[in-house]
Amino acid sequence: MYEAIAFYLFSVLTIGLFLVTVMSKNVLYAMTSLASGMVLISGFFFILGADFLGVVQLIVYVGAVMALYSFAMMFFDATRDIKEKNTNTALVFLLGGLSALVLVLMFAAPIHSEAIQALYPMHEGVGNAQDVGIVLFTKYLVPFEVAAVMLLVAMIAGIILAGKKMDDSLTEDLSADDEIMTQKDEK
Amino acid sequence: MIGLSHYLIVSAIIFSIGLVGVLRRRNLLMLFFATEVMLNAVNIAFAAISHYYNDLTGQMFAFFIVAIAASEVAVGLGLLIVLYKKYGSLDLDDLASMKG
Repeated sequence: MYEAIAFYLFSVLTIGLFLVTVMSKNVLYAMTSLASGMVLISGFFFILGADFLGVVQLIVYVGAVMALYSFAMMFFDATRDIKEKNTNTALVFLLGGLSALVLVLMFAAPIHSEAIQALYPMHEGVGNAQDVGIVLFTKYLVPFEVAAVMLLVAMIAGIILAGKKMDDSLTEDLSADDEIMTQKDEK
Repeated sequence: MIGLSHYLIVSAIIFSIGLVGVLRRRNLLMLFFATEVMLNAVNIAFAAISHYYNDLTGQMFAFFIVAIAASEVAVGLGLLIVLYKKYGSLDLDDLASMKG
């Protein structure tokens, strides 16, 4: 009963927030709705009993990724509305819906064929974090290490790409600098 | 009672929202937001299947998707900053340099 209420509430709110993300012209609105949608998705994970995944979702997505986006937004002019030349919105909606439907059918087909067996079943009476830890560090150790190396590479790449010529002004609004200089001179 | 198909339908709806965003957006930052939406939709499907089949493999895949999304954002935003420094815009139509 409570599960159903929570599920329908979360799904309606998530779909609405992600629609705002996709449709909004303002970067700030899109980003905040994306962040709140991700918080609600972690709610789905908690309903599903994947506690550790929900916490990771909160920390990594809502914490790290959103902070990264908001820092990147400071480089761009976020207050201005984005002008986009849209070509035939109805066609885009039709194509997007159809291809998504085909993709979902493709990936959902093996589920209904009863061919799925539990490779690493969950244990009764053991917490989700312990279960996940045991499987992650025994069966998925090599992918885990590869993911760690990938994150290191991504961190170095981000620093090198974003750190070049950091002393230059991005917005090129030199008039603001002049104003500050003249105010200093007046004093 | 909420079953597996409920979760899969919600995941499919969110995935198609992300796909529509990828198709109609012209701004690169907004394109990144749409890809995040798609990755999250897939994560919901993985967690739901993991729960209803009593199997941890789905959650493992969801963890690796989260790691890949984090590194994608780090590299992608660095590239976006470099592009913005070079061209002063993030619009895909302005950035298209190979016109056929």
